Amino acid sequence: MRARPGSEPAAAGAGAGEASAAAAAAGRPPAIAIDDVAVAFGGRRRAAVTALEGVTLDVGEREFLSVLGPSGSGKSTLLRVIADLIPATAGSVAVLGGTPAAARAARAIGFVFQHAELLPWRSAIDNVRLPLQVGGRRARAAAAGDHADPRALLELVGLGDRADARPRELSGGMRQRVAIARALVTRPRILLMDEPFGALDEITREAMNRELLRIWEETGTTVVFVTHSIAEAVFLSQRIAVLTAAPGRLAGTIDVDLPRERRPEIRDTPAFAEVAARARALLHGGAR
Amino acid sequence: MRWDASALRAGLGRGAIAVSGIAGGIALWWAVVTVFDVAPYVVPPPDDVWRSLTGDFSTLLDNLWPTAQEALLGFAIGNVLAVAIAIVFVHSRTIERGLFPVAVFVQTLPLVAVAPVLVLMFGNGMAPKVIIAALMTLFPTLVNAVRGFDAIGPQTLELFRVLSASKADVFWKARTFASLPFLFSSLKIASTSAVIGAIVAEWIGADEGLGYLIINATYNFQTPLLYATMIVASLFALLLFALVGLIERLVVTWEDD
Repeated sequence: MRARPGSEPAAAGAGAGEASAAAAAAGRPPAIAIDDVAVAFGGRRRAAVTALEGVTLDVGEREFLSVLGPSGSGKSTLLRVIADLIPATAGSVAVLGGTPAAARAARAIGFVFQHAELLPWRSAIDNVRLPLQVGGRRARAAAAGDHADPRALLELVGLGDRADARPRELSGGMRQRVAIARALVTRPRILLMDEPFGALDEITREAMNRELLRIWEETGTTVVFVTHSIAEAVFLSQRIAVLTAAPGRLAGTIDVDLPRERRPEIRDTPAFAEVAARARALLHGGAR
Repeated sequence: MRWDASALRAGLGRGAIAVSGIAGGIALWWAVVTVFDVAPYVVPPPDDVWRSLTGDFSTLLDNLWPTAQEALLGFAIGNVLAVAIAIVFVHSRTIERGLFPVAVFVQTLPLVAVAPVLVLMFGNGMAPKVIIAALMTLFPTLVNAVRGFDAIGPQTLELFRVLSASKADVFWKARTFASLPFLFSSLKIASTSAVIGAIVAEWIGADEGLGYLIINATYNFQTPLLYATMIVASLFALLLFALVGLIERLVVTWEDD
């Protein structure tokens, strides 16, 4: 983390951001730089609701960062500000050194929603192709030049043999795999995931977590992963940003000092429990 | 669509139940007319109606043709217009707020009151019948098409925005498909109401058509012919309905049954 006067004391106190500190030391700018961002909804006629306040956070290139917080802590809002779906009311966000809008227009951002949001009339493979078929002529030409092979992506997410299946013929986990393949088809440098496994059962979710880590290793994208599951955040991440509710504030960030290769058994180790306990302490400490 | 043996058996079973229902209805009709000795010019027995259906078949067919033309033309015009208006509404809420009350007003006008006005304006030919049939189909399709075009979730809109998709992309790649199930359910309603519209319009002033035949048969106490005309009109509407349903099954393949 870059030294910033006036950044959240809680964040500093948690000893945050060694991964991005290392990146900064190596002279690489962060993939995402969030500086004192606030988001308020409503206003004028209705009383404004503050969803996010004073959030300062850097995400390093190729980092896997989880944003952990209870409902109403503005996790999804933060993700949408990065993706240029919601404007920040105050503060600034830089994505890959430019504005979020520029990053979106350059197809540098992949987004995975809580529910897969597949188009039900399209087969799995045609859903993956969707990003290559929309946008202006320029965007499509850019996509045509540099995109991943949709079929290879379906193989990557383990659905090579279900390419022609309609979404209703697929299970919830499979749909979410298709959604991940779709998000990756433009070879985004940043992958934003909004509780993508929240609607899945525990067993499927753990399998999907392992898959996601494998995909992250293979594609080398920066991942920002929103979740309200402490275990999921610890298992997946290199770093966890903890948000507290109403208004959403950054309670701090936690470095996950676990080996880069995460086996399922890691969940039963003391080191895992220790990181989870720190995350829990931050969550509840901030909820006063 | 799946055409395996078990589906076929189930279909035949349903067909048998439907046929026995119709047969039971005819039997009841016969029994009531015979037991209560109802005068044939009030309610004719089924065999009289059957004789009229076969004996006056060419008359019925000659009069079905103009009605069918009016109904189909009205159906096409009304639905195309409704979808076009729906597209405008979806893209401009201001226009929707301004014009939707007008559409509701037109819908609430009683058909039997509008028909004479249109005959006065357009004469005794096909035009007023087609317009009435079109008016009958316009409103249900308009309401359903607007709902259908809007039947995409906020997250789908976000998805298209993340992909920097244009409004045209959203329309052609999401809204059109999302609207199809809604559109077909209104087309099914419209298919029968277009026939009703054409027939009612013929009552006001026509020299051919099923509506003309109904009026004529009534005034001449040809009650069996009146019943036969009703049956032909209903069969024609049923055929249109079934046709729309068949096309729906071929087109909308992604909906859960």
